[in-house]
Amino acid sequence: MARVDDILLSQTGPRPSRASAVMRAGLWHVAAWTPVIVLLIAWELFARSGLVTPFSLPTLSSVLERILDDAMSGELLLNLAVTLWRALAGFVIAAVLGILLGVAIARSAWTRWFFDPIISVGFPMPKIAFLPMFILWLGFFDLSKITMIAFNTIFPVVTATVIGIQGVDREIIWSARNLGTSERRLLWDILLPASLPAILTGLQVALPIALIVGILTEMAMGGYGIGAAMQGASRFADSRGVFAGILEIAAVGYVLVKGMAILRRRLLVWHQEALEPTTV
Amino acid sequence: MITTIGTRLWHYLPLVILAIVWEAVVKFGLVSTAVLPALSDVLLAWWRLLEGGDLWVNGAASLYRGGVGLLLAILVGGVIGVAMAWWKPARAAMSPIVEIFYPLPKSALIPVTALWLGFGDMSKILLIFLGCMPPVVLGAFNGARGSERTLVWSARSLGASRLRVLWDVVIPSAMPELLNGIRTAMALAFVLLVSSELIVARQGFGYLIGFLGDGGNYEGMFAVTLTVALIGFAADRLYQMAQNRALRWRE
Repeated sequence: MARVDDILLSQTGPRPSRASAVMRAGLWHVAAWTPVIVLLIAWELFARSGLVTPFSLPTLSSVLERILDDAMSGELLLNLAVTLWRALAGFVIAAVLGILLGVAIARSAWTRWFFDPIISVGFPMPKIAFLPMFILWLGFFDLSKITMIAFNTIFPVVTATVIGIQGVDREIIWSARNLGTSERRLLWDILLPASLPAILTGLQVALPIALIVGILTEMAMGGYGIGAAMQGASRFADSRGVFAGILEIAAVGYVLVKGMAILRRRLLVWHQEALEPTTV
Repeated sequence: MITTIGTRLWHYLPLVILAIVWEAVVKFGLVSTAVLPALSDVLLAWWRLLEGGDLWVNGAASLYRGGVGLLLAILVGGVIGVAMAWWKPARAAMSPIVEIFYPLPKSALIPVTALWLGFGDMSKILLIFLGCMPPVVLGAFNGARGSERTLVWSARSLGASRLRVLWDVVIPSAMPELLNGIRTAMALAFVLLVSSELIVARQGFGYLIGFLGDGGNYEGMFAVTLTVALIGFAADRLYQMAQNRALRWRE
């Protein structure tokens, strides 16, 4: 994703000259967001025009007011915390297990034989269909939600790890072996760092899935969280609540995706890709 | 011929082992049938649902919604993506909006589409259309942007009109990335379809899974779940085969 964002962003304007670079860069940054601001103003005006009922499209200002109210009462913080906790817990479990499994598959023929068909059949499946099964087995609470999130997000992590490790230059592995490296040090000092870009790509695919599935489990089962709040609002025909939820979750998604891109740059400072100009 | 079948069988043997283990743990009473119905009972339930017509009616509803929504997303998203690459003002106007919408967890749209269009077909089609558009737009945009400048210049210098270049050079070279974007969109379409049907619907695969589960018919629930999972898997494999055929011209 980072690459795509870079392309999108770097195209929004010519690079400023050295002189007033900072100020012009700032101006360009604001100017580049004009379409979003126009869209928000259009929303407000369209909702006020009377062409749509406040039920189908509440005004932006009333939705923002609603978000503010929820923030004051503490409800927003509670729901945000619950949603983030589940999504990130599932994501971290999937990341750890996925990298372990990926290493095992890439390094051992028997593990590969057993897991390869399971991963390749499981990856493209719409695993959300298993939700009622997970409810049956694990109940309605955090356990089933977090397991469901981990189950959905582990596949891209495993695949990316396998691709990353198999792509490590053989000659590097041979030279390390030649110099007497133990298997453990080979893994920590060579295989994992060398496949880090691929693993991070897998994690960048997995993170939005964690959020999507987290919201879905909350909508289907309730029990706090932004998804549950939105579903509750929808059931009571409270359209302001629904739109407030969309804005909140859009902000969460945006921050997480951007944060992941920044983390990638930090972790890969030593890597070639960090030399390419980025604007994220 | 025999060796290829043999390697195939060897390759998929782990899945067969899993199926046998499933059947065995239930038959030997290690796991209660209230938690996990035996595979043989699930297959039986699947056959009954097939015969009774439930699977066909709900499956047709799901595939109709998913197909129309995805098709609209491909058409509109492809046009927007190519336009963004081809025409600067379109890019300036659209790229921040795409950047905002891409990371939006698409499942958040379920209550909105239900609010606007109710519980029927139209709300699902709109949901899938909106949810699947970002990956298609991005694929088309990256693909069309990546088309080689020299190819475009040569075509122009040989007297091709701008539209002609668009059609003969830019769109073909956008194809590989566009097709990848559509593959992502297809996977997303299945997820959105099934989950929105699980949450609010009166028809469709997701509805059927929820309905059978609520009624305590776990054999049926497992049967429909596996059917959906296998259809999703088969659709992806078929798409990949078609994609490879369509891109044969690229060496």
